[in-house]
Amino acid sequence: MLEIATAATMLILMGSLIPVTIRVIKGPTLPDRVIALDVAASIVVAIILVHCIQTGSLYYLTGATVVALVAFLGTVALALYMQKGGSS
Amino acid sequence: MGNGLIIFFLVFGALMSLVASLGCLRLPDLYTRMHAATKSGTVGIMSIVIAMMIQLDDASVIFRGILVILFFLLTAPVAAHMIGRSAYRSGVALWDKSSVDEYKTKK
Repeated sequence: MLEIATAATMLILMGSLIPVTIRVIKGPTLPDRVIALDVAASIVVAIILVHCIQTGSLYYLTGATVVALVAFLGTVALALYMQKGGSS
Repeated sequence: MGNGLIIFFLVFGALMSLVASLGCLRLPDLYTRMHAATKSGTVGIMSIVIAMMIQLDDASVIFRGILVILFFLLTAPVAAHMIGRSAYRSGVALWDKSSVDEYKTKK
């Protein structure tokens, strides 16, 4: 039962990467793309955690934390770039 | 009993992530898209972390899961606030039908 649930969760998460990718491609301005990439990073963190549940190993948890940290730093860096008058 | 709880939290978190990404595609405006992405994305991550903490019942896993939850609760509003402020200042327009612009009337 848990195997079916984790597989369905993986499918839903991978399917929810598709609308975000469409928004990244067609987003009219730079902040749209930044927000969509932030959502994509949080979905990737969720996929890593579900993989931890599937295999029962806890060695990828550090990787999940690192992906979240890098996504936050990238968002802050792009926000500062826009504030200093980069392309909007 | 534990299995049912794990399955509930997993499916709830996945559906919340799906809601976040669909809102990021379908909503009409940068600011409404940011609202959808931040809130439901954070709730989805938190729910999946809780499912993982129940499944791998271990002290270090619970500690690191609480760390991930606290990290998301701290960083998601900060990032959304910085993006929204710099987007407004660089002139990204609001939706046509949005009725109030408090930042403009306050200045």
